Order: sequence, then structure tokens, then C-alpha cells
Amino acid sequence: MSLGPWLEERLRWRAADQFLRHKTVPVVRHGYVYYFGGVTLFLFLIQVVTGLLLLMYYRPTADAAHDSVRFIMARVQFGWLVRSVHSWAANLMVFWVFAHMFGAFFLRAYRRPRELTWVSGALLLFLTLAFGFTGYLLPWNTLAFFATKVGTEIVGSVPLVGEPLLVLLRGGEDVTEATLSRFFGIHVAILPAITTLVLGLHLFLIQLHGMSQPQGRGPARALPFVPGFVLRESMAWLLVLGALAALAVLFPWPVGEKADLLAPAPAGIKPEWYFVFMFHTLKLIPAHVLGLEGERVGIVAFMLAAVVLLAVPFLERGEQPTRAARIARALGVLAALYIVGMTIVGYLAP
Amino acid sequence: MDTSLRRTSRRTSPPGPAAWALAAAAAGLLWLSQAAGVAAGPALPPQAVAPPDTCVECHRVLGGRLAEPTFKIADDIHVKRGFSCSACHGGDPRAPGLEAMDPKRGFVGKLKPAQLPSLCGRCHSRPEVMRRFNPAIPTDEVARFFTSVHGRRLMQGDLRVATCTSCHGVHPILAASDSRSPVFPANVPTTCARCHADATAMKPYGIPATQLADYQASVHGEALLKRGSKQAPACNDCHGNHGAVPPGVDSVANVCAQCHTSPRDLFVRSPHRAVFEAAGLPQCTVCHGNHRILRPSDEMVGASAPAVCARCHAEGSKGGIAAKAIRTALDDLKASMAAAAEIVARAEDAGMDMADAKLPLSDAQTQLILARNLVHSLSLREVRSAATEGAGLSRKATDLGRAGLAEIAFRRRGLVLALAVIAVLLAGLYLKTRATPGP
Repeated sequence: MSLGPWLEERLRWRAADQFLRHKTVPVVRHGYVYYFGGVTLFLFLIQVVTGLLLLMYYRPTADAAHDSVRFIMARVQFGWLVRSVHSWAANLMVFWVFAHMFGAFFLRAYRRPRELTWVSGALLLFLTLAFGFTGYLLPWNTLAFFATKVGTEIVGSVPLVGEPLLVLLRGGEDVTEATLSRFFGIHVAILPAITTLVLGLHLFLIQLHGMSQPQGRGPARALPFVPGFVLRESMAWLLVLGALAALAVLFPWPVGEKADLLAPAPAGIKPEWYFVFMFHTLKLIPAHVLGLEGERVGIVAFMLAAVVLLAVPFLERGEQPTRAARIARALGVLAALYIVGMTIVGYLAP
Repeated sequence: MDTSLRRTSRRTSPPGPAAWALAAAAAGLLWLSQAAGVAAGPALPPQAVAPPDTCVECHRVLGGRLAEPTFKIADDIHVKRGFSCSACHGGDPRAPGLEAMDPKRGFVGKLKPAQLPSLCGRCHSRPEVMRRFNPAIPTDEVARFFTSVHGRRLMQGDLRVATCTSCHGVHPILAASDSRSPVFPANVPTTCARCHADATAMKPYGIPATQLADYQASVHGEALLKRGSKQAPACNDCHGNHGAVPPGVDSVANVCAQCHTSPRDLFVRSPHRAVFEAAGLPQCTVCHGNHRILRPSDEMVGASAPAVCARCHAEGSKGGIAAKAIRTALDDLKASMAAAAEIVARAEDAGMDMADAKLPLSDAQTQLILARNLVHSLSLREVRSAATEGAGLSRKATDLGRAGLAEIAFRRRGLVLALAVIAVLLAGLYLKTRATPGP
């Protein structure tokens, strides 16, 4: 028996092959947004591969973490490339997750029966941000140390559960080596495990329901998934790969100064760019709002925004574009403008 | 108070025989003042005077200059230790009304400047008393005062000179560690300058009144007054405090060596020492100046102006040639370090981790400091030795910097290759999409 039938008997792969051959992707105006998810997936795969390589040398202790990252950058053969690609791909991935989400939102891809695809996607956004937050601390440099201190303090302001959550995250009252090993564990084990499950569900649901067809755009034209869409998506992946290579070579990700737990916080501490809009919002909120602590009000507002994001398909359910859909679209535009605007203001502010 | 006194006392050289003779004279003056009734004040209080203290109570409401001493008296270090006004002025603070100031009760009133050293000395010269309050405080201040120019002139009847309260203040007298005290290290220059910057007051003594301005412009003044470094010397650290005298021609190096030990050791074994002694030149200050001591620079070394060597050594003389060679050794080392630093910075700006190169560069800087210090030995061989070692370290840093730049070039070549491969693949994929059926 030749190999093909042998594998077919055991894996039934021809069913998948048939499925892919019949799968199509709608061709619409702004159809490029259909490629965003794939680009995000590609960056995630790069993170997995480069992350595994970094694990060979990285040591998650307060004494050794910074030195081990410097060792990777200076001594390990192509270590600089692996680490720089990991850092740059992390940032690009956050960008594309947002881009993918807004793309799906404006195409109203969350409509029935794709509600759970949207929910799993929103969860992946939160997981990506958690990856970024935990990974940022791992080189144990001054900026990361103090940004984590500020970031976890904000978590500590969450009403009711803030204090225990802060201790749980930090592994104690302060940011210490316990925090480092905790963040490491979360970054390389817990988040990847959860992400694999949620991503698996997300991809499964996409295959199950197929690509969403925007409404009211006339009779749909369709591009075969194989080879038409795959070829175009591959081109996008190659472009991203080229950009990553250029960024890693021309702008190697810096290691920074080793964190000194006793040193005063340097001026102008800012979190990673994707948290700046939240960070700056909290800074702008007055100390007291309606008799409540301003920062807590801000945090509750962001938590509500996260819940609203998860619940989008259940809040805007019209099959046809309706007034609710127009309001949702306007709110989406406002949210995007707010995120971009507040990020810029946050960077320009002293 | 403790810290400052310990610091200043450590830097004051022990009194010589002349000083002891003066101290004996001081004892005589003390005896005389006792005869005048100063020391006939109240006995030392074993503990705090129990309130009420009628001196403060009455004077506070009198107004004008009579009330003035009470304004901040609670801050006074002696009051804090339980002493009353009567400890210095006599009288009976428990008695109500004017009888508190009855001479029969030991009241002596306002003290004259000449009476102050012996008055203060009643406690401050007695270890058995001082150890009850602060065992670390020296008890030879009065003896030292009478060895000072101030004390000697006082004994000669000059009542314009500084005595205890001129520097320490009065009502309140604050601990020297109190930043409000006139003898707090950062305040010492202005305290001395109250008299020494007054050209009219200094004229009879033939002393210039430019010391404060000179000191403020000096590296020491900058450190103490601008940067707040408590390690930097004020007037008293070189001149002594209670035993204030100008350092003698032969003792300048020892004064400077309180901090600058190594330059003194090198100077002592240099040919300059004997020459300066013979010419009566005041050691370190010949090149560095005294009050206006500026940050030393390599420009001070060499055979032509502004080098200080050129003041005595002609350009073609043996000394001038040696000075020029020493300067060349320093300049060469600096040039090699600058070149290395530039290469390392270029590699670092391009994203290379240059910590390994910065280490020899830092060691080269140490060698430069060493070579600069060795200038005090006037030994060309020693300066060159340190400079040569520094140049070797600079070369090592340069090599590492070049290796970093080579790595950057390698990476960029690799990037170009990778982008070329990606471009070819993209072109291939594009052609393939054109060849496959579209939507």
C-alpha cells in the first residue's frame, strides 16, 4: 500500500483537503482585512518558535535574568536575532490583533452565528496584552521593573479584589524576584496553554462557519481559499517577515540597565505603547470623581469596556444594518480614535 | 555638633610647644578673668533647671533688645541640655523680679568678648563635665583658641578679634550639625567672611578681603556650596577652627594631604620639595593657588603658558623639556581613549552591546587619573608607564569596538541577502497568483 492511501485510512486527510478546496473567501471592498487574522497568527507562531529558543538560555532569577538576556544578545550565536525578533514580533502582534479586531468589528463579522468567534477573539486580545505585560518584565531592566510596579499598582486599585490580586500577581507586597518567577511562569506556561485552547477554538469556529460575508454589498464574489487566498496570505506573511528582519537588524531590541530595586524610579516611566492610552487616561482622571477615587473609577470604566467588547455580538444583533449598527459603528470609530489619540497624547505628555 | 567637631578636630594638627606656652598664658588670662568675677557665676547645674525660669519669663515681655535673646532660646543647644541663662550670666532664675539679677546671687550680666573663652571653657575645657553631655566632644578648644591668631591677639588686648560667639553665635547657640548654625560646614565660609571679607576691618592687619570670593570660585567652594558635598573643605579644614592660623610654608602639603594623600607623598619625593623649601615657596599652593584652587587640568602641565611649569622653567631648559614630555604622554593617552570611545559609541549606537569594551575604556580612564596624579612626582618614566598601560587598554577597547562594527556590517549584509530572498519569493508568489484563477 502506498503512503497516500495508508495515511488516508488513518488520518482521513482527504476530507480536510476537500474542505479546503471548497472553502472560499469573499471578495469585497476593504477585503484586505481578511488577511489581518492570518498575519496575527503568523506573528504568534514566530513568538512560539523564538520564545522556545530563548528558553534555552533565559534564567528567571533577579540575579541572572538581566545577565542571561545580555548573554543571549552578545554571546549566543544569532541570539541577538532571536531575541530582537521575539520583541519586535510581540509589538507587531499586539498591533495586528487590534487591527484584526477593528477590521472584524467594522465588517460586522460578529453576527450570528459567529458570536463565539468574536468572543474567543476578544479573549485572545486580552491574552495577547497579558503576554505583553508579563514578557516586558522578564529582562529585569529598570524601565520594565518600574513599569511593572506601576502596572501592578493599577491592578491593586481594582475594587474589592484589587489587593489580593496585586499580591497574587506580585507574589508578595512588592515587585521582587517572586514577581519575576511568577511572570515567567505565566508567560511561558499558563498563557500559552490557555491561548492554545482559545486559539484552537477561534480557528475551529472560523473553519466551521467560514469567512463572514459583509451585508448589503450585492452578490458576493469569492476567492478560493486554496490556492488564491493562501498565496496572497503568504505574500503578507513574507512582507511581515521582511519587516521583522529589517527591524531586528537595524534596531536590535535594547537590554536596558539592570533593575536596581533600591534605586529611585527614573523620571517619565511609561508602560509599553499598547497600554499608554489606558495609563494616560488614568493619569488624567481627577483624584475624585463623584466622591469616588478617580483611579478606581477609571479602572472600573476600562473593565466595563472590556465586558462591552466581549458582549458586542449580543448587544448589536441586527441581521440587517440598522440604527443600532450605525451607533455601534460610530462608537467603534470613537474608540479607535480615542485609543490612537490618547496614545499620542500620552507620549507627548511630560 | 558631634560629627562636625570630630571631623574638624581630626584635621587640626596637635599643638606644639609654642602652643602649650600660649595655653599657659591663656590659663593666666583665665585666672585674671576669674578674679574679675566671671567664673564666680552659678555652679554647673547637675541636671536641668526646674521651671519656672524667670529670666525668660520676664525678658520675653520686656520687648526690644532685652526680649531679643528669648526669641529662639528654646533652640539653644545648652537650653536643650537643661542649662538656663544663669549658666552664663549668673543670677538666680528661680527668684521672682529683679532680685534674680542681684550680683550677690552671682549675676554678671552681659559678658565682654575677652571673658568668653574662659566662660565657655568652664565646661568645654573639662572632660569630666563634657562627658556627661557628649563624651566625643573635644575639650581643648579654649587651649587651641589661645594658640590661634585670634586668641593671641585677644591676649594682646585686641578686642576686635573673633571669640567664641563670633563664630558660634549667641541666643541661640546651635549644634554645629544644625544646618542653621554659623559653624555648620556650608555656613563656615560666610561666617569667617563676616570679618574676613570686610576690607575695612582687615586693613589694620594687612590681610586681603578676597578670600570668600576666591573660595566661592574654587573647586572646593563649588563642591561645598553648590553641590552640598559635606566632604569638601571649608575654611576651618585648612586653617583649623579654634586654633585658626594660616598654614606655614612647610606645612601646606600636610594640610592638603588631609584629603589629597597621594599627591603629597609624590610631591615629598619629587625634586620640587627641596627647591621649594630652599626658596621659601609654599608647596602645593605654588602651582594650585590657595583660596582660589581651580579644578586641575592638563593645561597646567607643559613648557609654555598657560602651563604653570612655564612660570619657572624656560621652554628649552631641562625642566621645560621634561614638562613638555609629560604633557605629551597625557595628551597621547587622551587621544587614544577618545578614538576608542568614538568607535565603541558608534558600535553601541548601532545596537551592539559594548559592555565588554567599556570595561577596558574605564580602566584606561583609571590609568589617566593615575598618570595625572604621578605628575606630582615629576617622574617622566612613571607618568609614561601609566600612560602606556592606558594606551594598551584603549587599543583593546578599540579592537572590541571594531569587532562590534564588523558584526553590524555582517548583520546588514545578511539582512540584504534575506530581503533579496524574500523579494524573489514575493515575486514568485505574485506571478503564481496571476497564473491561478481569481474570484
